[in-house]
Amino acid sequence: MMALVTLPPFERFYADHREAVFGRVSRLLRRSDAEDAYQETFLRALRAYPTLRHAERLDAWVLTIATRVAIDVLRRRSSDGELPDLPAPETARPAFAQIEHLTAELPPKERAAVVLRYGYDLDYADIGAALGSSEEAARQAASSGVRRLRGRRSE
Amino acid sequence: MTITDDLDRRFRETASAEGLLDVAYDVLDSPVGPLLVAMSERGLCRVAFDGEPERDLDSLARTFGARVLRVPRRIESARVELDEYFEGNRRSFDLPIDVATLPVFQQRVLRELARVPYGRVTTYGALAGKIGSPRAARAVGGALNRNPIAIVLPCHRVVGASGSLVGYAGGLQRKRSLLRLEGAEAN
Repeated sequence: MMALVTLPPFERFYADHREAVFGRVSRLLRRSDAEDAYQETFLRALRAYPTLRHAERLDAWVLTIATRVAIDVLRRRSSDGELPDLPAPETARPAFAQIEHLTAELPPKERAAVVLRYGYDLDYADIGAALGSSEEAARQAASSGVRRLRGRRSE
Repeated sequence: MTITDDLDRRFRETASAEGLLDVAYDVLDSPVGPLLVAMSERGLCRVAFDGEPERDLDSLARTFGARVLRVPRRIESARVELDEYFEGNRRSFDLPIDVATLPVFQQRVLRELARVPYGRVTTYGALAGKIGSPRAARAVGGALNRNPIAIVLPCHRVVGASGSLVGYAGGLQRKRSLLRLEGAEAN
């Protein structure tokens, strides 16, 4: 079958993006979940690879997959009634690191929006794409997450 | 936190086990230098003297599909057979071979080449005669020069009409080493 686009051999794609993917899932999940999410991200990328129509912004593409996989795990954990532990905050940006532990109690979507916005500096368009929703919905999720955190702190 | 070797290996082997790859490969050590060895779903599809692995990966991706990944475990059977060959304990290979993507003429040449026994040499002209195109010695030479599965498809056993070691994609030094290993006589 002739490919319509010239994609890099997957080995090269994997080598170029593995650190970034591992960083993304590690910030959102604890160690054992992060490892599963890392593997699942690249398996999903492999399944979708032959259907890609262009080879641009592969970094954004795979990070979107990673974020969706991590959010699925968070959703599953919270529907199990289990509160996910956040990984140690030493790699996080200082200001965010101070509040990161509080985000564990937020609903998954709000938590992801808050972490991606304030921990990663992603803009709302990217967060919306990662969450499978709109830019506006991502903005609302982050702001309602922040409101909830403020409410908790003043309790 | 970092990506452990174990996590990396688990991903590669799961990808292979789930049938998600077009090609699995590894780079093996051998007495004639590193060998890039690759398997498609149909069988062994590449044994290349590892000059430029990056270029080999591009070529594999163009020919078989972009899902090319290093998975040592998938190459294990080829590694075992090649090790036995280099130790002098194997005279023919049992691996399935994938030449389906090659031009038909080249497939005919390579199929005939596979019949040249261990430790023997033949000539381009003789091989051309065997495939029923006795005047095509030059075309046979071209087909052998582009042999994607070196050693296992033994193009090192083909010499010039005078018995001299003419060209070899892997270099004459390697051709001489392989023939010496097999105990073959060549000028």
